[in-house]
Formats: sequence, C-alpha cells, structure tokens
Amino acid sequence: MPVVEIKGLRKRFGQNEVLKGIDLSVEPGEVIAIIGKSGSGKSTLLRCVNGLEQFDEGTLAVDGKPLLHDDRAAMRALRQRVGMIFQSFNLFPHLTVGRNVMLAPELVKKIGQPAGAQRASMLLTRVGLGEKFDAWPDQLSGGQQQRVAIARALAMEPAVLLCDEITSALDPELVGEVLRVVESLAAEGMTLMMVTHEMNFARKVSDRLVFMHAGRIHEIGPPDELFAHPKTPELAQFISALNH
Amino acid sequence: MVDFTLWDILRNLLLAARWTITLSIVAFVGGGLVGLALLFARLRGHAVGDRLIAAYVQVFQGTPLLMQLFLAYFGLALLGMPTTPWIAAALALTLYTSAYLTEIWRGCVASIPKGQWEAADSLAMSFSEKLRHVVLPQALKISVPPTVGFLVQVVKGTALASVIGFIELTKAATMITNATFRPFTVYGMVALLYFCLCFPISWWSHRLERKLHAGR
Repeated sequence: MPVVEIKGLRKRFGQNEVLKGIDLSVEPGEVIAIIGKSGSGKSTLLRCVNGLEQFDEGTLAVDGKPLLHDDRAAMRALRQRVGMIFQSFNLFPHLTVGRNVMLAPELVKKIGQPAGAQRASMLLTRVGLGEKFDAWPDQLSGGQQQRVAIARALAMEPAVLLCDEITSALDPELVGEVLRVVESLAAEGMTLMMVTHEMNFARKVSDRLVFMHAGRIHEIGPPDELFAHPKTPELAQFISALNH
Repeated sequence: MVDFTLWDILRNLLLAARWTITLSIVAFVGGGLVGLALLFARLRGHAVGDRLIAAYVQVFQGTPLLMQLFLAYFGLALLGMPTTPWIAAALALTLYTSAYLTEIWRGCVASIPKGQWEAADSLAMSFSEKLRHVVLPQALKISVPPTVGFLVQVVKGTALASVIGFIELTKAATMITNATFRPFTVYGMVALLYFCLCFPISWWSHRLERKLHAGR
C-alpha cells in the first residue's frame, strides 16, 4: 500500500489554478524529489499532503486514510504520520532545543517527561547535536537549527517526511551538514518527499524525480534517466538552465 | 470661615485617591478578562464573530470615554438595573479597557510569524495547544510594554468618572475647591498625585521594553 496516494488533485488560489490535476503515489521507503521552476506548484503540492493548504478537488490519502480538512480528529491523526521541515526552520524560539523536540510528543502522543527527554536526546544525537539539548535556537547556526527541526519532526515518528526547500535559507557552507542528515534518513528507509534546488543531491538520493511545470507533473521517473534523456522541451530547458 | 491646612487638603485627596486606584484595578482586571475572552473568540477565526468584535472595538475606540460613562450611567437606569456611579463607572471603564486590550493583544498575536503556526500544525497540535504552548508565550512577551503603557491611560481615564458623580480624585478635588477656594493648590496637588500613580507605571513599562529587547 502506498504511504501517500494523490489522485486528481486540484488547487486554486482565487482565479489562479496552481495544481491542475496531480496523480502521484509514494511507496514506503521511497525518496521523491520534486523539482521545477518557482511557481510551478511544487511547494503547494507538498503543503497539501499535511493539510497546510486545502485542495479543491481530488483525493489525498496517507496510509490509506483520506485527508479530510473538516474532521479535526482525522487531521490530527494524519499529521502525526506526516512530518514537515520548512525552509525557514520555524523552531520555537521561546523553548530550548530539547523542549522543541519534546513538546509535540508530550502534548499529542502523551509521552511522559523522562521518556520524552531521553528520546529527544537520542534524536538530537542522531542529527549530530547531542550536546545542544539545553541551548536556545538563536544560539545555533542555520544548519544546526535545521537539524534540530529534523529531530523535532522525527520525534513524532512520521511515516513520511516532507522537506520544503530545506537548504534554501542556508549559507552554502552549511548546506552539506543538513543534506548528510537527510541522506542518512533515506538510507535508513524513511519515506521522503522533498522539494529541492539541490540537483546533484536530488539525483544522488532520490528514487524518483518529479518535474513539475505549470501545475502538472510534467515528467516523472528515475533521476538519471530524466537528467540524461528529458522527454519534453521544458525539462530539457530546465536542465540546461541549471548548467549555466 | 474655616481654615483648611495643606494637610487637610492632601489627606482628603489621598482618601479619594483610593477610589481612583480601586476603579483602575477593577477596570484593568475586568477589561483584561473580557479582552482575553474576545481575543480567543477572534482567534477562532469565525467570520461573523470576528466582524462583531471588530465593530465592538471600533465603537469603544471611536467614541469619547465621557459619552460611554454617560451612556452606562443612564443606560443602566433605562434597563431597570440599579444604577450607582460606582457600578456605571466600573462597567464603562471595563468595556472601554477590554476593547483596547483585545486590539493590542490581537496585534501581538498577529506579529508572531505564520511559520510558528504552521510548524505547530505540522506537529499535529490542536488549536488550544498551539495557542497555549507556541503562540501565546511569544505574544505575551511582546504585549507587556504596550499593555502596561495602556494601564496609564486607564488610570487617567478614571478622572472622567467624576462627571457621573463618582467620588474619586478629580471629583474630590472639585468638592474641596468649592470649600477652600484654592483651586490652583488643590488641582496642583491632584496633578501631582496622578503623576505619582502614573510615572512608576510608565517607568516600569520602559524598563520592561528595554529588558525584552536585550533578552531573547
């Protein structure tokens, strides 16, 4: 059974239709990289998967359970299965790093203090920040903050992780440390859907590459194939623009 | 003719100042509670409720406090409720304060970046969990200086309750002036007393502001 199954998804902002019928299913353990020009709808698609954007038509299911915007309990259950990492980190600035990771499991999953703290500490170690448990977010570099955000998302034990341009706000020298964490997650079998501008990374890590253009999935397939033999002029142009 | 010493005047003003302080506290606590309830109702984001509360805020911000006091005083009587200057003044100032505070606090909540709400959403937190653990702690910090600053406005605003016959500092001053015929001395003392009430609050507000800017 696919982890995420999207059928005929359409999304409008007023008169402007940004998603014009998306079909995509993501199998467990699969790594999907979504590329395309800005405005092609890739971030919007990602944000539909955990309900940050409401779609107008079509269906979207996670673990076979349909996403229902108006059903609060269903949304809460679904969002526990879908983690998200943002371009701007969005750590909670008033909480320490450890508390950032522990907060949601404590509230939503009712995990008690000692167990929660232990798990948070383990996850922070996993992203290479074990010693930063008591630090404040604003004492960390961008790359470290983003790694905390990854630990925070993992603490909810999601079935799929959405990454929305997670290295775009980072200084170039900090991109590598974040990508290495994502790569290790992929290697451990985490299902990932990521919107990215890091083409080399997408090519290296992803199982399937999705090229979006004008609100549709224009091409989809193994990354090496798409890069080597683009079938459409739009993808060919997109790839050639990258090399300049 | 009776002679009044300065101490006589000051003593009576100080006694009346108790009521200025009491009315300020009642208005602030009552207004704070009502303002908070309105803030929560507004954050729920129902279009009709939102518009009603916006209208409520506009009414109290767009009419003089003096009129609100008159309307409370005479309006209560029309509704057949017992009207005393004390009840009318407390009611009008509570509503007035609630309208301003809810608007100040709404602005503070609105200044919390959208990403904070989205991060909490993506972690499956409920509406009340998001408010309680993510948004309000951050908004609270920003709201302290403007809230304390507004407290000064409320303290000075209580002076208007004198027009409906509530005997606080200003009303007492008028009465004492009528007996002593020394308006400059009496009102000078009254101004000084208001200053003694308001200055520490303003000073505290500025200090908080500096502290919050320096801290995280």
